[in-house]
Amino acid sequence: MRLILSMLLLGGCVLSAAAQKYISEKSFVSFFSDASIEDIKAENTKSTSLLDLASQDIAFSMLIAEFKFDKKLMQQHFNEKYLESEKYPKSTFAGKVFGFSAGATGQQNVTVKGKLTIHGVAREVEVPGTMQMANGQIMADAKFSVKLEDYNVPRPQILWKNIAEQVEVTVSFTYKPYEK
Amino acid sequence: MKNSILFVALFLSLSAAAQDDLLQQLEATAEPSTQYMMQTFKSTRLVNSQTVESKSQGELEFIFAHRFGLINDGLYELFGLDQAFVRLGLEYGVTDRLGVGFGRNSVDKTMDVYGRYKLLRQSTGAKHMPITLTAFVNMAVETAPRNSDLPEPLSFEDRTSYTALALIARKFTDRFSLQLMPTLVHKNTVDRTLENNDQWALGAGGRYKVSRSIALTSEYYYRFDVPAESPYYNAFGVGVDIETGGHVFQLVLTNARGLTERAIFTETTGNLADGDLHFGFNVTRTFQLKKEK
Repeated sequence: MRLILSMLLLGGCVLSAAAQKYISEKSFVSFFSDASIEDIKAENTKSTSLLDLASQDIAFSMLIAEFKFDKKLMQQHFNEKYLESEKYPKSTFAGKVFGFSAGATGQQNVTVKGKLTIHGVAREVEVPGTMQMANGQIMADAKFSVKLEDYNVPRPQILWKNIAEQVEVTVSFTYKPYEK
Repeated sequence: MKNSILFVALFLSLSAAAQDDLLQQLEATAEPSTQYMMQTFKSTRLVNSQTVESKSQGELEFIFAHRFGLINDGLYELFGLDQAFVRLGLEYGVTDRLGVGFGRNSVDKTMDVYGRYKLLRQSTGAKHMPITLTAFVNMAVETAPRNSDLPEPLSFEDRTSYTALALIARKFTDRFSLQLMPTLVHKNTVDRTLENNDQWALGAGGRYKVSRSIALTSEYYYRFDVPAESPYYNAFGVGVDIETGGHVFQLVLTNARGLTERAIFTETTGNLADGDLHFGFNVTRTFQLKKEK
């Protein structure tokens, strides 16, 4: 009897924890770099994210090839020569969110800490952002810069000084409850 | 007792998912995707031949190609630089797979129009495809010599030839790609003692990237069923590709001086055994005319 009770309780807790999970419904990741010759920008609307409010864990995953540029040749060079997406198809993040309370209303300032992997190189990063709970959905936004050198992403040197040392990354996600 | 079980259960469920587990869960939700191989070659041209590459939708490529005279003509001809055979051309990406183009080559004052279509694209992931296959067809018209200079005028049909190429390529590693090119050239009017109306050839070529922006290329065309009297040779070429942003510079050495398919595959005049080589280059510049939205 006690065993059944504890199993029920355990099951109940696992279920309630699962209901604390949120999955990305809409996503937008872009990067921008202003350089002397021309600005570089690209957008990815196919990235995904999972957020676990109970454990504060957060994870992101995106395909490098899904970054869309205005110039397709630039997109090909970005994939083939710089991010080497055939070798490293994905960029990921796994970490924790600090400072978010699901019960509170309005925009909250949060900090996300964890492991950012780009071009096969993983680095610990800390990024400030904002989160907001509204109508059962969570909106999360962040802006940060990434130094290409940190991730062994080469910069073109001859004739084409198009890429700056740092790129500014903008992240905007909308989450909905995730049940599984 | 109940309370302690509750606490233990709560604790367990809270700590169950570590960060990396969540990432793994996230990856598990991802629908399988297909990754298409990009840039099997840097350009739509290998040395003389076409490659499987086509322009992306809305891209316009301007191609400016030169083949100089024979290097072994020596100093008097400045190693061939006193002569130049030129082809100017444009190619446009109608879709990411369909390209159309035209050009004019000074050899026989030839106008050419062509189309290419990527039938298969090398990919991994959900859809696995080991090769890229592009079909290429062109029509070329020799406008020289002028009818007014001939004792008997040539008709438009007489001056026209067609080429069909199947371009089969595989990018084996990020550095190394190989391409096979079965080729058929049909000439409406020929001297049958020297050549056939239908001429088959099989080409093979490849590239090796020595750095991110520089690659070495090579190609050779073997002709089948060549009449014994034929004054022409199999076409061969080596080159260096240098890529800088929107430009690709290809410096080449080849025994072919023509820059249209008919001239390259069936009318190559340089005899490698005699060291007949031409220096030349292809320069391409890509413009994005239409943006994807």
